[in-house]
Amino acid sequence: MNIINIEHIARVYQVGSEEVHALSDVSLRIDKNEYVAIMGPSGSGKSTLMNMLGCLDTPTSGKYDFNGMSVSDMSDNQLAGIRNKEIGFVFQTFNLLARSDALHNVELPLIYAGVSYAERRERAEQSLIDVGLKDRMHHKPNELSGGQRQRVAVARALVTRPSIILADEPTGNLDSKTGEEIMVLFTEIHDKGNTIILVTHEEYIAEHAARIIRLRDGLIEKDELVSNRKIPKIQVATR
Amino acid sequence: MRTLLFEIKESMLMALKAIRANKVRSLLTMLGIVIGIWAVVVMSTAIKGIDNSFQNGISALGTDVLYIDRWAWFTNEDWWKLRARRNIKMEDFEKFKELAKLPDAVAPVINSNQTIKYGDRRVESVFINGSNSDYVKTTNFTFSMGRFYSEVESKSSRYVTVIGSEIAKNLFPRGDALDKTIKIGGVNFQVVGVLAEQGSFILGPWNPDNLVYVPIGTIFKHFLGRAWNSITINVRAQNPAMLAETKMEAEGVMRKVRGLTISDENDFSINQQEGLIDNYNSVVGVIQIAGLFITGLSLFVGAIGIMNIMFVSVKERTREIGIRKAIGAKKRTVLGQFLLESSSICLIGGFIGLILAVLTSLMINQFIPTSVQYDAVVIAILVSLVTGVIAGLAPAYTAAKMDPVEALRYE
Repeated sequence: MNIINIEHIARVYQVGSEEVHALSDVSLRIDKNEYVAIMGPSGSGKSTLMNMLGCLDTPTSGKYDFNGMSVSDMSDNQLAGIRNKEIGFVFQTFNLLARSDALHNVELPLIYAGVSYAERRERAEQSLIDVGLKDRMHHKPNELSGGQRQRVAVARALVTRPSIILADEPTGNLDSKTGEEIMVLFTEIHDKGNTIILVTHEEYIAEHAARIIRLRDGLIEKDELVSNRKIPKIQVATR
Repeated sequence: MRTLLFEIKESMLMALKAIRANKVRSLLTMLGIVIGIWAVVVMSTAIKGIDNSFQNGISALGTDVLYIDRWAWFTNEDWWKLRARRNIKMEDFEKFKELAKLPDAVAPVINSNQTIKYGDRRVESVFINGSNSDYVKTTNFTFSMGRFYSEVESKSSRYVTVIGSEIAKNLFPRGDALDKTIKIGGVNFQVVGVLAEQGSFILGPWNPDNLVYVPIGTIFKHFLGRAWNSITINVRAQNPAMLAETKMEAEGVMRKVRGLTISDENDFSINQQEGLIDNYNSVVGVIQIAGLFITGLSLFVGAIGIMNIMFVSVKERTREIGIRKAIGAKKRTVLGQFLLESSSICLIGGFIGLILAVLTSLMINQFIPTSVQYDAVVIAILVSLVTGVIAGLAPAYTAAKMDPVEALRYE
């Protein structure tokens, strides 16, 4: 069963009088419980593809089906609904609300989903426990380390039980040790049956995935399975 | 529905957080609304207070009384023309009284300005009203003590007096005025009556509470020459409905009394309370509009301040808006959040302004009787809410229509 089915999508930006083809013609299928890395140098269109996959942006032409729903025809509010329920974002810069504590940050998508107070508290707490932040629930982002912030972001992404986790350079702002810890977390999440799409420009991060899609100049250059996939050892010490 | 409720709650929480996070900025912004609401409420309260006083005061004069006078209260005539008019004399009054059939009561009135004394207590420059015993019938006076002077007393110009409530308070703080002898302009008069409180401050020295009433003969004997002074004839109609008819008759009778021919203009004026009200209304109307305009302007300036700060707030929180949109906030969610924030600022400001306005009107109340109207309170709250929504609308809309991709990229 495909979660994501993209057919010949293109995204053209108008910069002044010039047209920029960020994506020219991309077709792609991603199945349930896949672990896919999207790679490419800057300007290759990987950010655009990620925005497209994350329903933050709509294609200029082509067709995008998400779980059988035609995303390319949706209104802004419908897209917001899909983002809320079906997609969990993890960003390079964490993107937490600075004035809210970890628990409230994780709760936020559930508020937009209309989940009752008691249930969303319980789910947000469980989600934070799952990423190993049981003791940090009431800390604000500026009281947390980079790695802990990214864990809060992962907890927020998971709390709505989305169809896909979309991670954009999730280790980009972390030192390599902390980055490795986050990758361990992703592997765990994947093992629990989640679908993960990882955008990165670093080869050794991409190698955690089972499949790598390489973009260049708005086109898919290569789409291959990883033969020497890195299975990180779960380091008990970090938990 | 439930989602909407949660969104509103979340927005409230966020609005309060945002306000708390920028305390000084929020306070300064609020100040505009505080001052605006304060000004509007105090202004409308003061106007209402003055208006009430006037209406109360004017009704003490009686709506069914005509004042035949050498002078017109309100006129476009040249002053020198009126000045050339002959005095209205006691003889005119006698003839008028005889000929006029419609009035309920007719009384001659003349005023003199004197100092009055009792023991070592004194009140300077008091209007002394000289008339006859029918005067009381041209008024709606009520008495706290005693009575008005009688027909016998006024005909024989006895030295008896009726004093207004304010005068009584000043001369007899213990309230024992009745039968005491006071000095009016150095002449002894016996107090036979004290008026209950009648009028209001708005009439100034003409407030019945500040007047002293004596038989007209004593005025002519001691204070004013009979020949040189013009009197006023107070004419009370049987009821307000007959005022116009009574006025017509009075004009005809008066022309006859004065011996005017058909070609002569009236050499007297028939004044009535209505003229006073019209004049008052036109003056107060202008004050009201000007006042509300100016105070409304300060509210408007406050609203611009809110709008400005909301634009800054939206710009600063572009990233936050991007995050919220990415995790599923709809347009209306973002719109609502910023509208709630601006209305919260305005509402809090409005409440503070209102409290200050109530305190201020309590202070003003020492001079002019005012009271904050309940409708003013409701209007103030509504106005601040509406101001908040209007001031927040443009910034909130800017936030709501942001592209999430752009917003997330914003540094």
